[in-house]
Amino acid sequence: MLKVRVIPCLDVKDGRVVKGVQFVDLIDAGDPVQSAMAYDAAGADELCFLDITASHENRGTLMDVVRRTAEACFMPLTVGGGVRTIEDIRNLLLAGADKVSIMTAAVFDRDFVNRAAEKFGNQCIVVAIDAKKVSQDGEADRWEIFTHGGRKPTGIDAIDYARDVTARGAGELLLTSMDRDGTKVGYDLALTRAIADAVSVPVIASGGVGTLQHMVEGIRDGHASAVLAASIFHFGHHTIREAKTALQTAGLPVRMD
Amino acid sequence: MKTAIIDYGSGNLHSAQKAFERAAQDHTLAADIKVTADPDEVRAADRIVLPGVGAFADCKRGLDAVPGMIEAMTEAVKTRGRPFLGICVGMQLLADRGLEHETSTGLGWIGGDVVEIKPKDPELKIPHMGWNTLNLIRNHALLADIPETLHAYFVHSYHLRVRDAADLVATTDYGDAVTAFVARDTIAGTQFHPEKSQKLGLALIANFLRWRP
Repeated sequence: MLKVRVIPCLDVKDGRVVKGVQFVDLIDAGDPVQSAMAYDAAGADELCFLDITASHENRGTLMDVVRRTAEACFMPLTVGGGVRTIEDIRNLLLAGADKVSIMTAAVFDRDFVNRAAEKFGNQCIVVAIDAKKVSQDGEADRWEIFTHGGRKPTGIDAIDYARDVTARGAGELLLTSMDRDGTKVGYDLALTRAIADAVSVPVIASGGVGTLQHMVEGIRDGHASAVLAASIFHFGHHTIREAKTALQTAGLPVRMD
Repeated sequence: MKTAIIDYGSGNLHSAQKAFERAAQDHTLAADIKVTADPDEVRAADRIVLPGVGAFADCKRGLDAVPGMIEAMTEAVKTRGRPFLGICVGMQLLADRGLEHETSTGLGWIGGDVVEIKPKDPELKIPHMGWNTLNLIRNHALLADIPETLHAYFVHSYHLRVRDAADLVATTDYGDAVTAFVARDTIAGTQFHPEKSQKLGLALIANFLRWRP
């Protein structure tokens, strides 16, 4: 039986982890490769790097991080942040990424998803969707796509967009609720379920995890195939194993290898 | 002992190479792992690995585009019986035909077609993506001492439906039985990615490096 996935996400800037990562036995908490190795040993099902490097000149450091991670960790690695061209994708895949996450470039040029999927296969093209609720209380739920870290509305309906990019070849969706991101009050379950039920590809729930129960809800009630979280793991509040035990206790299939 | 990982413009060869090096190191096996696009190196190799990521037809075109590569692989494997491992699309290419987007011809080393996975349960997502266990149909040297409780990492929407049931070594459960591992003579192929499958993957790669069929 296919297991639900627990995916820690690391924000990487200029080749270093930002937001801090705390592991008991970690030598250098700022080195993404060290963090990746710790998560690998801890039984994470996949790993996600989000590159938030501001300048394009520093992108080379990310390539180096990806390369060194792929040398040490034999688990799937998704890399996103600032992916705009076919060449960006090729470089990340050659460096050792298994999947590449596209966000803004897909919003403004949807054909980019077609081109990327045709070139590299659906299985390695993840479309990241940042969505925010725009309906008022009492109205039917409606979410819109936002860019620039949730600051810029696009007027695009999130469910329509999810269906469209999937039809264009996205093999997976990384769905972040911009209302919940950083709040620790749990995923936007209505949003997650609406998107997961609308598409045939796996959906990764993201944004808002504060407790292990939130992860259970993301899978059970949000119908996500995987849960992504950052701070809950980085700051040592919970281990990957604890997250999986919580999922297992709730009757969800997990990998305990 | 030379192992050639074939470079034909598909897949993450760097991480495949590193996984083979790690497996050799962990199991103290002397292995010279080389990524190569040179048919002569493939012909001279003791073991051959064909990775593959993407669509069947694209990968086949990539393989066809390397002059003399299919001939070198065929000579090493079919004539001289060198151990061969195909990974993901590299395994699917062993089939007679791929039916992804368009019909294209495979190597024909393992009879059958590569067809879409169509689970009866509409809730099941495609691609089949993530960690799943293997159901052994028969024993194989590459799966020796690998507990059935361990998981392998899959990411695919198509699978090889074998013509001769004897070629099917293991399946995985995704609505129906999905082909996970095929083998015939000195040829083996995994639908999952051993280079991304942590414990199970490194153990399987070590078994491949030791395999003397």
